Amino acid sequence: MRGVAVTGMGLVSAIGNNIVEAHTSLKNGKEGISLPEILKTGLKDLPVGEIKLSNSDISNILQLPDDHSYTRAALIGTLAIKELLSNSGFDNFPEDTGFISGTSIGGIDKTEEHFHNYKDHPEYRKYIQAQHPGFTTEKIAEYFGLKEVVTTISTACSSSANAIMMGARMIESGKLKRVIVGGSDCLTKFTLNGFNSLKILSDQKSKPFDNDRNGLNLGEAAAYIMLEARELIGDKKILGRVSGFGNANDAFHQTASSENGEGAYLAISQAIKKAKLSASEIDFINAHGTGTRNNDLSESVALKRIFGDTVPDFSSTKAFTGHTLGAAGAVEAIFSLLAIQNAEIYPNLNFNSEMAETGLVPVTEFQKKEIRTVLSNSFGFGGNCTSLIFQKDE
Amino acid sequence: MSKIYINGISSVSPQSEDIYENEIPQTYNENILPAINIDYKSLIKPMMLRRMSKAVKMGLYCSKKALQEAGIADPGAILVGTGQGCMQDTEKFMSNMLESEEGLLSPTSFIQSTHNTVAGQIALDLKCKGHNMTFTQNSASFETALLDTVLLFEDEQVQNILVGGVDETSEEFTGFQKLDGQIKEASINNLDLFASGTSGTIISESAAFFTLSSEKNDSTYAEFKDVQIINKVEKSDLISKIEEFLSRNKLRLADIDAVILGRNGDSRFDHYYEDLQQGLFAEKCQVGFKHLVGDNNSVSSYAFWLASKILKEKRISQIFKLNAVNCNAPRNILIYNQYLGRNHGLILLQSH
Repeated sequence: MRGVAVTGMGLVSAIGNNIVEAHTSLKNGKEGISLPEILKTGLKDLPVGEIKLSNSDISNILQLPDDHSYTRAALIGTLAIKELLSNSGFDNFPEDTGFISGTSIGGIDKTEEHFHNYKDHPEYRKYIQAQHPGFTTEKIAEYFGLKEVVTTISTACSSSANAIMMGARMIESGKLKRVIVGGSDCLTKFTLNGFNSLKILSDQKSKPFDNDRNGLNLGEAAAYIMLEARELIGDKKILGRVSGFGNANDAFHQTASSENGEGAYLAISQAIKKAKLSASEIDFINAHGTGTRNNDLSESVALKRIFGDTVPDFSSTKAFTGHTLGAAGAVEAIFSLLAIQNAEIYPNLNFNSEMAETGLVPVTEFQKKEIRTVLSNSFGFGGNCTSLIFQKDE
Repeated sequence: MSKIYINGISSVSPQSEDIYENEIPQTYNENILPAINIDYKSLIKPMMLRRMSKAVKMGLYCSKKALQEAGIADPGAILVGTGQGCMQDTEKFMSNMLESEEGLLSPTSFIQSTHNTVAGQIALDLKCKGHNMTFTQNSASFETALLDTVLLFEDEQVQNILVGGVDETSEEFTGFQKLDGQIKEASINNLDLFASGTSGTIISESAAFFTLSSEKNDSTYAEFKDVQIINKVEKSDLISKIEEFLSRNKLRLADIDAVILGRNGDSRFDHYYEDLQQGLFAEKCQVGFKHLVGDNNSVSSYAFWLASKILKEKRISQIFKLNAVNCNAPRNILIYNQYLGRNHGLILLQSH
């Protein structure tokens, strides 16, 4: 059997604090989009996918000491990996377990909170280093005693998809036998204001792939999966396999995607080639589908270039969770694995009419259907395009 | 897997690249060191330059130089290590946001604030559609880019990879590093770094990029053999980690001719290096660089530049030497670096 085995997973997002909750929400079409309550921002009218647990709620769940310096991304990341640990078959992760985490903004929540405090309040200076992504990764690693290969990928919205790809390659090359991969990003004023300044946030619930879509909703999440080498698996349950991956650069614009979806087209092509599949063997696509005018058109064009007139069933789950930036690839990796395990397709919410340019219609209702092969797309600023392929273990 | 050759190198740092030959150091009497002024216009259009932060400028300039030297126009992949990323634009957007209390903001600095802006801008400039990755793990960022390099060459999909490390400083954010003790309190002269005896270090901005190729050519400097990152290691276990790393590359300690050490004058953490200098590496030619170029999250890329120079020129420039041990015709060089006792990196280079 080709591909690297997935043997554990954990997820915290706006549609649930664990995988069972998220799965229930997906099946029932129950999205997690609300106005911000935990995030203190002036942009109160922009809907977001917020995890309704405060930092102190999560600190209590994790039993952290009062003087800890965990960023919000570290808190939700640790919570997600705690769930992964509970279903991975380990009491504690063995010491040689690697950890590759993707994040777009790391601990910038602490910088924006304390920017003016550092000078006069020494008690907050423990967060000065927290701004940089590696710090958040290290805090999560510390919680679980991971000390060896611990690293961070930051390629904007494809960060965690790239972490999964790198982890799979580390296993394939034999450099690691076991690795936790995924990502974590929290809501911040920085990103909310940033995307708002780009005028790509919707003031309503996002409508991926709809002709009248008018922008994305930001979200926050942490999602991680465990990859293990063949010789370690024994009789463990395999949740699915990472069999294909590809990364390409659109080389078109720092933030906008090209009209012909070149980067996406190349990434998808590489992933299909790596998995030694033909395009017709893809059963389902978990699209990037952010709900912006630009992304959804560019991605649709790329899909038509790959699949012609027979684009497989596809949907974007961003209307459930919001766009969770660096965590999105890993969140959707888990949704893809759930689709494979449970023979289900989760709907693309809020869709009414197909895009005039491409006429593509996503799956809009929950469906039962055997899914053996899922393509999952994640595209980010800097032209970064990543596609992953997950397959049923058979 | 094919061998990996270093076919083009370029660095921008607080020192001129000529320092290796002329041994005339730039001295600084402040603890935040700027990169020296470079004629960026010679390789980057002035209109583009105006919009670029220092990290993008340094990264793109070094990339072009390193590719030119290797005679490569379009590398198969672009891999960048940057611990702190595009801080200048991040700081600009954050200051504006806080000052205006989330008012009307221009998106320009937000757009350029993401950590992968440098790698993205290089791809855009070169029209390079290949694998494009950015690693941000404190002082192991460049090392992770090297790790990805090894994985890509194992896959045999690419022949040439552009890999580099870059970090910039910014006024407020770098200033914060004084408040939490990362930067020395009292100003020192950079050449006195190792004798300072105080906590903290001197922080700098720098970039170094390399064209790594599966084939050697006339410009080849050396062979890049291997890299390892270790997030946390007890000092007592460090020696065995180094020995494991060497033995996995079929080398004994005796095969190592020179070690490049990331000593940064921080009295709290320099013992990691001092113990090796007095113990495991006592007989080796010991080389330092942070007294010249300062410290930052991707400055091990400068050590990689230095090792490449040493192996090509087959001599060790006096100004970088930490001890009196001589080394004629160095063949194997080990680089060891860490920051604040975390994110240890080992890199091995060999003459080709």
